[in-house]
Amino acid sequence: MRILIRDGRVIDPARGVDDLLDLFIEDGKVIRIEKGARSTEPLEASKGKGTKAARHAESALAVDRVMDATGLVVCPGLIDMHAHLRQPGREDKETIASGTMAAARGGFTTICCMPNTDPVNDTRSVTEFILDTAKREGAVQVYPVGAITKGLKGEELAEIGELVEAGCVAISDDGRPVMNAELMRRAMEYVAMFDLPIIQHSEDLHLSGRGVVHEGLVSTELGLRGIPSASEAVMVARDLLLAELTGARLHIAHVSAAESVRMIRDAKARGVRASCEVTPHHLALTEDTVRGFNANAKMNPPLRSEADRQALLEGLRDGTIDVIATDHAPHTVQEKEREFDLAPNGVIGLETALAVTLTILVAPGVLSLPQAIAKLTSEPARILTLSKGRIAEGADADLTIFDPHRDWTVDPATFASKSRNTPFAGWRLTGATVATLVGGKVVWEA
Amino acid sequence: MGLAHKDLLSIRELTSDEIRLILDTAESMKEVARRDIKKVPALRGKTMINLFYESSTRTRTSFEIAGKWLSADVINVSASVSSVTKGESLKDTGLTLQAMHPDIVVIRHPAAGAAQFLAGRLTASVINAGDGAHEHPSQALLDLFTIREKAGRLEGLKAAIIGDIAHSRVARSNIHGMHRMGIEVRVAGPRTMLPRFIERLGVEVFTNLDRAIADVDIIMMLRLQTERQQAGLFPSLREYSRLFGLTAERLKAARPDVLIMHPGPMNRGVEIAPDVADGPYSLILNQVENGLAVRMALLYLFAGSGQTG
Amino acid sequence: MVRGFFYVLNSMATELNEKAQILDPQAIQRAVTRIAHEIVERNNGTEHLVLIGLRSRGVDLARRIAKELMLIAGAEPPVGALDVTLYRDDLDKVGPQPVVRKTDIPFSINEKQVVLVDDVLYTGRTIRAALDGLVDLGRPRLIQLAVLVDRGHRELPIRADYVGKNVPTSRQEQIQVLLTEEDGEDKVVIMEQ
Repeated sequence: MRILIRDGRVIDPARGVDDLLDLFIEDGKVIRIEKGARSTEPLEASKGKGTKAARHAESALAVDRVMDATGLVVCPGLIDMHAHLRQPGREDKETIASGTMAAARGGFTTICCMPNTDPVNDTRSVTEFILDTAKREGAVQVYPVGAITKGLKGEELAEIGELVEAGCVAISDDGRPVMNAELMRRAMEYVAMFDLPIIQHSEDLHLSGRGVVHEGLVSTELGLRGIPSASEAVMVARDLLLAELTGARLHIAHVSAAESVRMIRDAKARGVRASCEVTPHHLALTEDTVRGFNANAKMNPPLRSEADRQALLEGLRDGTIDVIATDHAPHTVQEKEREFDLAPNGVIGLETALAVTLTILVAPGVLSLPQAIAKLTSEPARILTLSKGRIAEGADADLTIFDPHRDWTVDPATFASKSRNTPFAGWRLTGATVATLVGGKVVWEA
Repeated sequence: MGLAHKDLLSIRELTSDEIRLILDTAESMKEVARRDIKKVPALRGKTMINLFYESSTRTRTSFEIAGKWLSADVINVSASVSSVTKGESLKDTGLTLQAMHPDIVVIRHPAAGAAQFLAGRLTASVINAGDGAHEHPSQALLDLFTIREKAGRLEGLKAAIIGDIAHSRVARSNIHGMHRMGIEVRVAGPRTMLPRFIERLGVEVFTNLDRAIADVDIIMMLRLQTERQQAGLFPSLREYSRLFGLTAERLKAARPDVLIMHPGPMNRGVEIAPDVADGPYSLILNQVENGLAVRMALLYLFAGSGQTG
Repeated sequence: MVRGFFYVLNSMATELNEKAQILDPQAIQRAVTRIAHEIVERNNGTEHLVLIGLRSRGVDLARRIAKELMLIAGAEPPVGALDVTLYRDDLDKVGPQPVVRKTDIPFSINEKQVVLVDDVLYTGRTIRAALDGLVDLGRPRLIQLAVLVDRGHRELPIRADYVGKNVPTSRQEQIQVLLTEEDGEDKVVIMEQ
């Protein structure tokens, strides 16, 4: 199967490419990159030698399929380094099959799944189960994240060496923090042996208490228990110090508070090996979304104040925040449709992340289009040391084609995900995936 | 005017004219409540369900009597949240209730927003009888009624609400209700019990009782939940009482004719001294009696605003 | 349909035009005086008499009758105000709940000769509600009814003991009683759409 993607605006932040190019794909790889003709005439119609159109015609002879990307953006396949696929254990919320289909629909070609499944991904067998299932049923590539501690209990280290051997690309207790500072220090030292990032869900559980929303004006008005920004920032501060002490690579998941951004910026300037991510919902929404007790605005860390949101935007702009990751957290309708206090934390994001990024960040000029794409491709690839997130001759043909101008309305009923818990239902977004290719194969097409 | 409310979920949604209508209606109801024969047929054939997820003898009884005096059929459903977490969800309870075609559902629930959640799933009128630390509108209305009855007006008065503001739905509803009716509000309590940004609700904040109660017309003491001690919000009852308990001695800092209120049940000797609770300016028992009249008014007014499912 | 109770604060918006004046101030005064005389005559004085007006114009009329009784019999009987809203049989049908006003009868009606006073007698349903309300307040020896205008169209077996004026009407018409106490002038008019 030979595919030609023609006349697209190819953006590859890893190599600084932003040009109208044609991509030739064969055997799962990009085999040739050529200057595009920007021609809409049929390839066969042009016979003149030496012109761009002629070269097209020549190449097209051997092509099984031509995908016309005129007016579209072609970029490296998006990478989500933070998703919850729920399998094994909660296949009613999501499966590897449905979650990867949602990813493909959202333009993601690679996703990392967090270990808080049932059983927890803290042993080789669970990692292998995930990888096997993904190979058989997955629409996109899945890289598991292994647990830091056995059962995510924060008590004893999991067999991290074995997890790495089995294929885990990072280590995290996501959903829970490692509260014990001594244990976290040892985990960092241990994980550093494998040169993997250790991903922390930064939260001081004592400060969070039984909080369900950001501690701010809205929590005070609604009488909901608050989670102060300090709950996250205290842990970020601690872990940055431990990263400095151990030299480990620390990746801070879903940063939400201005204080955290400030400390990460300072630590990076001092040379601490730290990186961090932010979710589209923390970039787009604030605590105000909780008004009306909307359980689809309940997640951990909570949606914070407008000042926090501005700090996140600034962090993205100045490079303090490396990555945009979804924290795709599926929950069934029954679980979310209940009292706010009792509804579980988390929202889904795979099918809206790109469009939210384009609408919230690119359209108003917070980030340029290549900068935004970098946060979704080359940056996560760099942190996870994956040879992905770039477009080069000889590289895997993991590609996302999207229309940066198409408007659409978010309708959860159309999602490929098994769950519907999005805070963006009914939103008008700009930018839509047109096709997703994994290893040269079209896994989703509009 | 011309607002249509199916439900009473929070006092914030009421205009001052609407609050005045409720208080005026309650005055008429108070006359009924003082008769020998207290029953009027206004809500004959109407069904009212008291759905209480928290034990609250006072509020439940008040709504129940109010409903009975108006001749509604009153059904009490008590459920503990612990049994609910195992069993039926609030959504399913809502669907079940809907099938019984009630006219009014009065709900008390430990989770903020529970009344709103239920209201969205029922055609009946839902009256919020307390949802977590969010709101308790009927309490604020009966407090306003009691103040108006004693002071003859609401506009221009000054009130101090003292105690655990953070966890108090009574405080929240009263802050909004009092503001709506032109009463200036202060709050006071230990810093650990004053929620962040409370001043943005338009109240003046104090951490000193004497300063808070100086020159106010109304002092409203809140009940101290003693389990807050375990949560580390105050060191001991003794210290709380010394700093924030209202005693006859402390009252000297206030105006001599200051009105003293408490939503009950009281911790005598903790937030309020017995001689103050039983003193001449205490309105605590008036609040209970007026609670009946205000709830009769609410049931009467809202019985006509829902739709029998 | 979900109705809100606050519609009640909007006045009824139907446009009505005055068709004819039935009573002028002098005629109203004469009717009140005549009713007072009849009450004294029928009850052999005013000793056990109490007047209870129906909110709101019935109360004004009751007070006027009481003053006349003072002139005639030398004693002014107590006057109470009864609001029958909570006893109405049409609360289910009227949409937004009507405003409830206060019943104010600061005396016992037990063993009393009660004269209920209202402005207009029409279907009789208001009087039915008033009778229910009264018996909840005590056990009078007897209850009589005085109205300024009887316009007919009874739906219940109720009749007035004292009538200021009988006025044949059609159901499309409305009788409006204006009294100085409430309306700034005294007159009774027929209105039609």
